[in-house]
Amino acid sequence: MENSIFLAAIDIHTTPVKQSSYKTAVMQSLIALDIFKEEDIMSKKLSIQEIILTLQQFWSKQGCMLMQSYDTEKGAGTMSPYTFLRAIGPEPWNVAYVEPSRRPADGRYGKNPNRLYQHHQFQVIMKPSPANIQDLYLDSLAALGIDSKEHDIRFVEDNWENPSMGCAGVGWEVWLDGMEITQFTYFQQVGGLEVWPVAAEVTYGLERLSSYIQDVQSVFDLEWADGVKYGDIFLQPEYEQSKYSFEESNQDMLLKAFDEYEAEAKKQIANGLVHPAYDYILKCSHTFNLLDARGAVSVTERAGYLARIRNMAKSVAKVFVAERKKLGYPLIKDEKLRAKLLEEDN
Amino acid sequence: MKHTFLLEIGLEEIPAHVVTPSVKQLASRMEDFLNESRLSFDEIQTFSTPRRLAVKVLGLADKQPDIKEEAKGPAKKIAVDDQGNWSKAAQGFSRGQGVDPDQIYFKEFKGTEYAYVEKSILGKSATEVLKDVDQVIIAMRFPTMMRWSTNEFEFVRPIRWIACLLDDEVIPVQILKIKADRISAGHRFLGQDVSLANANGYPASLLDQMVVADACKRKKMIRSQIHEIAHKNEWQIVIDEDLLEEVNNLVEYPTVFAGSFDEQYLSLPDEVLITSMKDHQRFFYVLDSNGKMLPYFVSVRNGNDQYLKNVVVGNEKVLTARLEDARFFYEEDQKTPISASVERLKNVMFHDKIGTIYAKMQRVTEISTFLGKKVGLSADELQDLKRAAQIYKFDIVTEMVGEFAELQGVMGEIYARLFGENENTAAAIKESYMPLGSESELPQTNVGAVLSIADKIDSIQSFFAASMLPSGSNDPYALRRQALGIVRIALAKKWKLSVIDLANAIDSAYQTEQNLYENTQPDQNQVEWQEFIMGRVHQLLVDQGYAYDIVNTVVATKDNTFQQIFAAANVLTKHQSDLEFKQNIEALTRTVRLARKGQADVQPEVKVDLFENNSEKALHTAVVAVSKGYGDKDLEEKYVALTSLRQPISNYFDETMVMVDDESVKNNRLTQLDAIARLTYSFGALDNLNVK
Repeated sequence: MENSIFLAAIDIHTTPVKQSSYKTAVMQSLIALDIFKEEDIMSKKLSIQEIILTLQQFWSKQGCMLMQSYDTEKGAGTMSPYTFLRAIGPEPWNVAYVEPSRRPADGRYGKNPNRLYQHHQFQVIMKPSPANIQDLYLDSLAALGIDSKEHDIRFVEDNWENPSMGCAGVGWEVWLDGMEITQFTYFQQVGGLEVWPVAAEVTYGLERLSSYIQDVQSVFDLEWADGVKYGDIFLQPEYEQSKYSFEESNQDMLLKAFDEYEAEAKKQIANGLVHPAYDYILKCSHTFNLLDARGAVSVTERAGYLARIRNMAKSVAKVFVAERKKLGYPLIKDEKLRAKLLEEDN
Repeated sequence: MKHTFLLEIGLEEIPAHVVTPSVKQLASRMEDFLNESRLSFDEIQTFSTPRRLAVKVLGLADKQPDIKEEAKGPAKKIAVDDQGNWSKAAQGFSRGQGVDPDQIYFKEFKGTEYAYVEKSILGKSATEVLKDVDQVIIAMRFPTMMRWSTNEFEFVRPIRWIACLLDDEVIPVQILKIKADRISAGHRFLGQDVSLANANGYPASLLDQMVVADACKRKKMIRSQIHEIAHKNEWQIVIDEDLLEEVNNLVEYPTVFAGSFDEQYLSLPDEVLITSMKDHQRFFYVLDSNGKMLPYFVSVRNGNDQYLKNVVVGNEKVLTARLEDARFFYEEDQKTPISASVERLKNVMFHDKIGTIYAKMQRVTEISTFLGKKVGLSADELQDLKRAAQIYKFDIVTEMVGEFAELQGVMGEIYARLFGENENTAAAIKESYMPLGSESELPQTNVGAVLSIADKIDSIQSFFAASMLPSGSNDPYALRRQALGIVRIALAKKWKLSVIDLANAIDSAYQTEQNLYENTQPDQNQVEWQEFIMGRVHQLLVDQGYAYDIVNTVVATKDNTFQQIFAAANVLTKHQSDLEFKQNIEALTRTVRLARKGQADVQPEVKVDLFENNSEKALHTAVVAVSKGYGDKDLEEKYVALTSLRQPISNYFDETMVMVDDESVKNNRLTQLDAIARLTYSFGALDNLNVK
């Protein structure tokens, strides 16, 4: 697929690849690449890493770049700069990546079968949103062996919002036989800015989806790779991170850290250094989440902290657009359009 | 010849609750479009599924009727020159209208003669008119609008196709890059694109592609399949109409199926089971013939019965996970005593600009005690009320309500009982949230009713004092519903409560606990919230069909109890048709107007020795008689008593001049009139009555 947004002429008669043939195509390419053996696909349930590989393979074929997880703590895949920043501004952006997402308050010491301090999202961003994005998504399920004819798949309204980052979008949660497996969003506002063009975000909850595919009750029983269970890898960190977040974290240190991260973020926003500034905003957000889990933020302060994060997110969004413009919107390949957009006022 | 026109907008899945209003909107915009275009039709049918909104116009006219239109030109004196020939202006006018100057005639318009011509306009064909039908789509508005891809255009969800057919002919409209065609999509998973030969073939040709486009027909299918399952299993399945409507708009082809869950979960409260099934999974719950909950559920699949087993098993698994969570919460919550939960409410905000929920409960404790005494609750009831007010929000911090927010209050009642609170206190917790809607059930117990009023008036006063007043359609905290709730409860309980009593309750709470009003001082916007509540009384009276002038009369005084206000409206309505009504009211309003004008000069009491004529004495005697025991009379008796003053008042005005030069005599007369006016305030402001 071309990267230029303006080639993404939204033609409704774009014929989606037929699901069944697609499924075979993906599987065959995986077999050809020696990722799966044919007999595996017929009999065995996909491990988490096979699910990730399948999704990566699928979305890269749709023109998505495969990014890697971003190295700063964050609460959701949306907060990766590969989504938050790149969803803003006129440049096209098609990516897929796995994002470990930390939510300290959701930690349950590894004792709850479905609630985690850290879970994994498989994130897809396509900007501008292609006309057949829903079909592509359904094809990706087919690639995972989920045939839509054999199940009940629904797109149920769920408009997404992250007020602390100035984000809002319109979309659905996708139900597979009654289970929510994906969040599907057309971004409308990011960092307080109306977005144009609009990106479609597809977020698979990997643990949920894998629990369905592998038919297990507890995420800790999921098979990550051959012979290694999710619990073997994550039970200990789940316990420790929960213990830390709820009982052991140094509140004074965290309170001080928040202030210092904030000061640094603001300074780098003023310097026009978008990415260092954004890293510190992410750190503020995670630090706040830790404080919140600890019950260390008084009720009156809570709204104040969220407003501080939101203000920074809004500032950095503006600076990002300005900086991309200074660079000449390099991801826009259509020269005429690029020239036109560069002439426009922000 | 009459035609059939079809317009189908194909969309990505529309939110279920938006489908029906949207297709109604489409139909009404289509109707307006056709009427404005002067294109007659017999009927507009609507079709809707999650992926399409469609209208089919039957009996559409071939073309607009031809019309004759009159065009006005220059004035006669400009149109005709001195020689009686057509002037340049007249020639220009007729040329502009495309007719010969000889067709000009003259007609008077506002006193001057002007040149006119009559033009015939040939009606446009339906095909021509419908080329603008894209305007119907573009004009549509939705509760939430969105943009997609590189477009600036907003709609409810992305548009993916448009089918637009006049009989067998495609009307070539276009929205964005989507050109209308004769292609419609079949079921997302079970159907294929279908080429519509003719508008008349819609929606039958979609049925082959597993789409039931007629929403009513789809609903009937669901209903009858549910009945079939219920009958076969000897179950009672409660069909919640809102849920049925929602489910109907989540499917294009419905297949109803039943699933089960482990009997062990039946130990959970029914409310928890129902919420888990209905609100989270859109399942219908199942009862036995005695109304006891059974471990089954009924749901609707978007598709046929192929591979239905997968769907049943998947849904059972999801429900089991939810019920397992719920059971875990239920058990965990019972380990935390109410006192510990209440303590945690010190850290939960009611609203950032108002304060914590704990502080709210403290205010409500004071307010409800004041109101409880006012309406005459027993000592036991007052004790239960106090206890309930101190704890009634504790369930907000329980795990169950954290997960199922809609069970707030419901879990409070259940847990309170488990923790040994008495029946009155437990029930009041749930009742404090009632009524949930403008016509929903009211609290039954006295304790619950007072707590509910106290909670609501505290919310209203707090939001007003913190400058968050509802305006227009913007009422995010549902203060209108709460104000209406207060009035409805007071009326149902026949309690003697007025807006002023509510203000006094808040004042009394403020006197005891000033620190709880740091952000919400009672003097802030006090008049505004009182007017706001009177506004609800006004609305309720209008809704019950009372005439506007009577409503405006009775709501004019905030001192009267809600009950009195309604009784006054009743009495006035009853007597409105009396022969003497006009004279009675005119006599009384005359005194009211004068008394109001001379309010500053009113003295503490009427002095008999300042009377100068007999009519004064007679009126005074009559007023004294009427005043005796007046307060204890009901409004009908008061009306009779007041109207007995008509003749004395009438005589009085015949013989007495009120505004005389002698200050002391004038003031004494105003004092006399004021005494009458005050008696009439039981009915509000009688001078608002329309007796002309």
